[in-house]
Amino acid sequence: MTESITAIAAAVNGGRSARNAVEHSLHAAERDTLNAIIRVHRPRAVAAADVVDARVRSGERLPLAGVPLVIKDNLCLTGAEVGCCSKILAGFIAPYTATAVARLEAAGAVVVATANMDEFAMGSSNETSCRGPVRHPLDPARVPGGSSGGCAAAVAAGIAPLALGSDTGGSIRQPASLCGVVGAKPSYGAVSRYGLIAFGSSLDQIGPFAADVAGAETAFRAMAGHDPLDSTSAAHSWAPVDQTIDPRAALRGLRVGWCPAHVAGLAPGVRARLDAAKSALESAGARLVEVELPHERFAVAVYYVIATGEAASNLARFDGIRFGHRASDPKDLGDLYARSRAEGFGAEVRRRIFLGTYVLSTGYYDAYYKKAQQVRALIVRDYQQAFASCDVLLGPASPTTAFRRGEKTADPLQMYLSDVFTIATNLAGVPGVSVPFGADERGLPVGMQLQAALGDDARMWQVAAGLEALAR
Amino acid sequence: MAITVVEVRQLARLASLAVDEAEAQRLAGELQAIVGYVEQLSQVDTAGIAPVANVAGLSSVLRPDVPGPMFATAQVLANAPARNEVAILVPKVVER
Repeated sequence: MTESITAIAAAVNGGRSARNAVEHSLHAAERDTLNAIIRVHRPRAVAAADVVDARVRSGERLPLAGVPLVIKDNLCLTGAEVGCCSKILAGFIAPYTATAVARLEAAGAVVVATANMDEFAMGSSNETSCRGPVRHPLDPARVPGGSSGGCAAAVAAGIAPLALGSDTGGSIRQPASLCGVVGAKPSYGAVSRYGLIAFGSSLDQIGPFAADVAGAETAFRAMAGHDPLDSTSAAHSWAPVDQTIDPRAALRGLRVGWCPAHVAGLAPGVRARLDAAKSALESAGARLVEVELPHERFAVAVYYVIATGEAASNLARFDGIRFGHRASDPKDLGDLYARSRAEGFGAEVRRRIFLGTYVLSTGYYDAYYKKAQQVRALIVRDYQQAFASCDVLLGPASPTTAFRRGEKTADPLQMYLSDVFTIATNLAGVPGVSVPFGADERGLPVGMQLQAALGDDARMWQVAAGLEALAR
Repeated sequence: MAITVVEVRQLARLASLAVDEAEAQRLAGELQAIVGYVEQLSQVDTAGIAPVANVAGLSSVLRPDVPGPMFATAQVLANAPARNEVAILVPKVVER
C-alpha cells in the first residue's frame, strides 16, 4: 500500500524530495500488470517534481505537494496524447491542459500517467476500451468497473495515491465501489469541465479517486471553483471540512435518508454491508429516515435518452477533418466522414450515437427526448423533497461487487443497469461519493454511496469521513 | 414500434456513420430492445412539467469580451490528418 495523500504532502512540505514520491509511482506505473495505465509521463513528471521541490524550498506550503496523480484518458494535458481510449483520436496531442488538472498541479500534484477507460467513457466495466480491458486488482478475471476503471484500479493497486476521473452516470463511483477506494462526483458545476472531452455535457463532472476520504476531499477543494472557461461552472464557494471535528462525533443527530426500494435486487453480500452501514450509523448517533424517490426507477431510461442525445451531438466533431483518424481514399466528403467515424468509433460508441440520433430525430424528439427531460425534472424534485427530511442519502453504489469479464457484454441493457444507483445523482446534479465499507463473502470490496443536496458537498465529505471511520 | 433496418440506414445517414449490412441488422434488434425499455417513460404523467436541460439553473452565461491569447495556426494544424502550411486539406467538394 502506498502512503496516503496527506502523509506525502506533509513529508514533501517538510523537506522530503517530491522526486522521491513521484519516482515510486512512476516505477509502479511502468510495471503495471492490470492494463490500468496506458501512458507514463516520466520526463514531464520528473521535471514537475523538481518544480514542486523548488516551490517548497522557496517557502510555499502546498496541499498536494509531490502527490503523484493519474489522469483518465479524456483529460487534456498540454503536449501529451489524449484519446478517450478510442481509435478515432489516435495520435491526438492536447494543445492545452484541463483546468482541473492545472489546479491540482498548482496545488503540488504531479501527473505521472494516463489511465485506461471505457471508450469515450461509455461502459461500466472498462471492456469497451480500444486499449483492452483493465483487470481488477484482486482478481484478474474480474472487471474494475467503469468507465474510469483504470483510475480506480491504479489507486487500489497503489500505483498512485490520487487519480482524476469523470462521472456521467456513475463512472467514478461504480468503479470506486468495485475496487474498494473512495471516488466522488462533486455537485454539477463545482469542477470546471474545460479540457474534459465531452460525453453528456449536462451530466459530466470531474472527480477524484483516493485511498481515503481526506485525500479525495483535499483534491476536490484544490480543483473546485468558478472557471470562466466553462460556462456551466458554478459561482459558489466550496467550504472545507472542519478537520477539528471528530468525524464520528459529527454523525450525532445527523438525519440519514435511505430508500427501501434500493434493497430489492441487491446481491446478498452488498445487502449485508448496507445493513451493517445503517446499524453502524445508528450506533454512532445518526437517525435513519426512510425516504422515497418515486421517479428514481425511471432514471436509467431517462439517462439513456439524454446521455446518448448529448453524446450524439458532442461526438459529431469527430469527423476525420481537423484531428484524429481519417479514412483513406474517400470518394467524396460524405464518404470521408462516414467511413472515418465508422472505422474510428468502437461498437458501443456507435450504438449510442445511433440511439442518440434516434431520440433527437424529427418525429421522435417529443416522445423521447422532451419526455426524458420532463421526467428528469421530476427526479430533480424528488431529490429536493428527500433532502427536506434528511441531510444525506445512504445507499449502495453498485448492485453487485466486481463481476467477471465478459459477463455482461452480450446484453447492452444489462450492462446499463450496473449504474442503477448512480445515474439519478447525475440527472439531479447532486454530489455523490462511494466510500469503501467492507467486502462480500468472496472478499470483493463493497462501496456505500452518500449523496447530499446540490452544493452541499462539504456535508457529503464530512459524513463520508464519518462512515469511513466506522468502516475501520 | 419496431426499428427496421431501413430506419437504421436513415439514422446512419443522419449521424454520418457508415454501417454494413450485418451491423445494421444487429443494431435494429439492439436499438429496439433499448427503446422498448425507454418506452416505460410513457407511464409517467408529465403534464405541465417543464423539461430540464441543465440542473444548474443557468441561462445565457457570458464572460467579459476581452481579447486573450489563442492557439497558433501551427498548433491547430499539428493535429490535422492532412494539411499544408496554412490549411487543413479535404477532398474536393465542388464539381465544375
